Amino acid sequence: MSNANEQMAARYKNNFLKEIEEQAEMGEWVKMCMQCGVCSGSCPTNFHPGWDHPPQEIFMMIRAGKREEVLTSNSMWMCTSCYNCYVRCPRKLPITHIMHGIAEYAYRLGVAPKFQPTLHLSQTFWNNCTKTGRVNEVKLTQSLYFKDGFMAGIKKGLEMKDVALGLVKAKRLNIMEALGGGHKCKDIKGIQAMLAKAKELEAKRKAAKAAA
Amino acid sequence: MAAEKKHAAYICSGCGLGERLDIAALEAAAKKEGKMQVVKTHAFLCSAEGVAMIRNDIDNDGVTHVAICACSRRAKTEAFNFPTTAISRGNLREGVIWVRPDTDEARETTQEMAEDYVRMACAEVKAMTQPSGNPNTGMNKTLLVVGGGMSGMTSALEAAKAGYKVVLVEKTGALGGWAAKLYKRVPTREPFKAPQDNGVADLVAQIEADANIKVYLNSTLAKTAGAPGRFKVDIAMESGPTVTEDIGAIVQATGFSLYDANKLPHLGYGKSPHVVDQAGLEELARAANGGVMKRADGKEVKSVVFVQCAGQRDATGEHLSYCSGYCCNTSVKQAMYFKDANPDVDCVVLYTDLRTPGNGEDFYRSAQNKGVIFSKGVVSEVVPGGNACTVKFHDLILDDKAAQIEADLVVLATGVVPNSGVNIDAVPAAPAEATEGAAPVVEEKPISILNLDYRQGPDIPQFKFGFTDSHFICFPYETRRTAIYTAGPVRRPMDIAQAQEDATGAAMKAIQAMENAGLGKAAHPRAGDLSFPTARLEGCTQCKRCTVECPFGAIDEDEKRFPLFNESRCRRCGTCMGACPVRVISFENYSVNTVGAQIKAVNIPDEFSEKPRILILACENDAYPALDMAAMNRNEYSAFVRAIPVRCLGSVNTIWITDALNSGYDGVMLMGCKHGEEYQCHFVKGSELGRYRLSKVGDTLKNMNLEAERVFDLEVAITDIDTLPRKINDYAAKIQEIGMSPFKGF
Ligand code: SF4
Ligand code: SF4
Ligand code: SF4
Repeated sequence: MSNANEQMAARYKNNFLKEIEEQAEMGEWVKMCMQCGVCSGSCPTNFHPGWDHPPQEIFMMIRAGKREEVLTSNSMWMCTSCYNCYVRCPRKLPITHIMHGIAEYAYRLGVAPKFQPTLHLSQTFWNNCTKTGRVNEVKLTQSLYFKDGFMAGIKKGLEMKDVALGLVKAKRLNIMEALGGGHKCKDIKGIQAMLAKAKELEAKRKAAKAAA
Repeated sequence: MAAEKKHAAYICSGCGLGERLDIAALEAAAKKEGKMQVVKTHAFLCSAEGVAMIRNDIDNDGVTHVAICACSRRAKTEAFNFPTTAISRGNLREGVIWVRPDTDEARETTQEMAEDYVRMACAEVKAMTQPSGNPNTGMNKTLLVVGGGMSGMTSALEAAKAGYKVVLVEKTGALGGWAAKLYKRVPTREPFKAPQDNGVADLVAQIEADANIKVYLNSTLAKTAGAPGRFKVDIAMESGPTVTEDIGAIVQATGFSLYDANKLPHLGYGKSPHVVDQAGLEELARAANGGVMKRADGKEVKSVVFVQCAGQRDATGEHLSYCSGYCCNTSVKQAMYFKDANPDVDCVVLYTDLRTPGNGEDFYRSAQNKGVIFSKGVVSEVVPGGNACTVKFHDLILDDKAAQIEADLVVLATGVVPNSGVNIDAVPAAPAEATEGAAPVVEEKPISILNLDYRQGPDIPQFKFGFTDSHFICFPYETRRTAIYTAGPVRRPMDIAQAQEDATGAAMKAIQAMENAGLGKAAHPRAGDLSFPTARLEGCTQCKRCTVECPFGAIDEDEKRFPLFNESRCRRCGTCMGACPVRVISFENYSVNTVGAQIKAVNIPDEFSEKPRILILACENDAYPALDMAAMNRNEYSAFVRAIPVRCLGSVNTIWITDALNSGYDGVMLMGCKHGEEYQCHFVKGSELGRYRLSKVGDTLKNMNLEAERVFDLEVAITDIDTLPRKINDYAAKIQEIGMSPFKGF
């Protein structure tokens, strides 16, 4: 995978903006940012200390050619998809989508931060729901709680106990899903075939861009 | 003028006046103290019937002087329009009933107020004559435009289109000015996405085809003498004789020069041919003519950096502190020269704020779309290398102080310096400083542009940063020289589109001024006023106060060193009248007497009445309208004040204040506009001069043994509708606290 990264770096030399424009989804919008900072001011995750760069900065770093720093940043992964910035940007940049586009590109190149919780969640969620065509909440929760070890999982579970019981009472959570495969959609094969086809199409499109 | 005078007072009982006031007592006041020969009341004076009643008295009963006691002088001016008759207005509606509560306790003081205003209106009109108009009119209707750039050409064409003859004088050998040097200009039309033709050729062709416009190239003004409507202008041609043209009004559109980039060695200018200013880039662009952009050494430019605010918006005081107003858009345009010829050229614009007025926002976006990179940063240094320059800057977004870019070419967006001629107010530099200073500043003496044959100096007075003074808050084209208008970047920084709009406006104002001059009428702000100042020279002590103080340079000196009024240069502000220590200057309808008589007409109750009297002298342009509007909002204020509108604070003669205090007024409020750098005075310097003069009133107060607070100078803006009544009341309370004046009853 890191081969892909080196290839791309070599191909675009010092024009990282062009790389993002051509390779990352929605990347062509980055140049239109006018550095007003409204997005950064609007972003709820900006209040978190763990967040490196708000969108405005990410866009500026792209223009300044800070390739390594941008692609390995956790910032794009911290985006909660709240769409605050998206609706407020005076230049109408689809910021949320750009953030995701860059994140996905970094992942594709294999340089996205390892052990990044959002990245982990995305992957777990995807695997979980594509398996049966439906999300198995119990299993999804389990795999998230226990990702940092057994004891940590138990602890987290106890913490969330009341919420879980509430959900059960309201028939929003079925503990029995933990056993067996849980409920499924009617045509798992169909769903999976559809997803496979979509993946194939997207991979083809991206490969074509990468090869161009 | 009719020899026989007949005075009449008309009292209106409409608009609630009849219900709130004792009209019979008002009539009695007009008759007894007002000494009016005719006194009539009408229930609806501004109605056709009421107006016809007055008309009839004027036409058939020999009435020559009319005191209308109804609403403010600013209301119903169309109804009460009797051009041949002297008119005064007693302000009973806005001045009395609308600012007083309708209560039993208030009735008595409200009535007193109304009776005083009736007496004042009668006294004023008796001291007035209806002005007959300036006899020294100048009938010339030719417009002189100085400067053949975009602004000048536009003024000339617009005036010619309106049917006026134009003389256009251009210093260089060709029309077009700066714009002619541009390869292309910032777009003016939808979709505002690409640079467009500079438009010069088209305007030049229009001028050449216009029989109304006479062009003098390679020419300057050797002398401008006379006054609006009758200027005599000597035009000196580089090779050839000096010709004299008769001119009605003048538009000065002398534009700007670029700030000298040689003053920016830290940005590499002068050290490398690959650092150019915006004019230098236009030259390269014209050479490329749409092809790939090449530098001076013929190398194709692959990367270019634009440095915004080079030597502008500088807080250190070393360079220009202001913004040129156009160079962000120009850099956007110039970056497109590169991108349009070759999209692979790296174009970076380093800016602190990108200011793209008008539709520049679309243009900016278009440049971003074309791949121009805009980075927020402050450039500290440009280091010219052998083949490329290194631009060092502080990246403000990433807070990277050591950021740098390499570029084949660097373009500096330097600012503008107005070509405004000689600064006539410049204080000659003290010679002591020159010896001390490490690097003595060599001031080049600018050459006069207009060469005005005015006592006050050869050019238009200047304002901040050497731009010509124009009433920038309210009347942007008005200068302090009547019928001489400045337009375009000589007045303030602006781009071509704004300059052309400006030039059109100035041409229209100039036409208006010529027309008014021909009719013997004043120009802005008392447009159409027929009155003009005259001096009783027998009493004149030749102190020169009037000549010096006139904000508009209207007064010269005659051979015997007496003031010589150029009525058509005069704006009728009355500053000369306020300044004159022996009070020999007056207007037919506004004089030391017209106001003095009103001050005397007020009934001053005795010391034990607990009814102080406060005189308000209110500027008619801002303070008086503010009082009227406060009244429309029914913002109440003290019944102890008596307001008299004055043309300008500058026209206030100190005698009014001494007389008022001597006759027992307890306080005097002076209401005038803001002065200083952000002045709002319609007469520019009037309120400042008035305030300066009145600041000396303290001595008078001391001599009279009166408290300093008895005279109060208040700065009023037309918007002070809510605060003004409050301030009046505060002052009234203060006066009651100080106690009554000991001068009553003398
Ligand atoms: S709100 Fe839009 S234009 Fe402003 S900094 Fe963010 S992305 Fe850029
Ligand atoms: S959508 Fe993402 S980047 Fe935008 S404000 Fe929300 S969390 Fe921040
Ligand atoms: S001071 Fe005012 S009124 Fe007097 S001459 Fe000058 S412009 Fe006219």
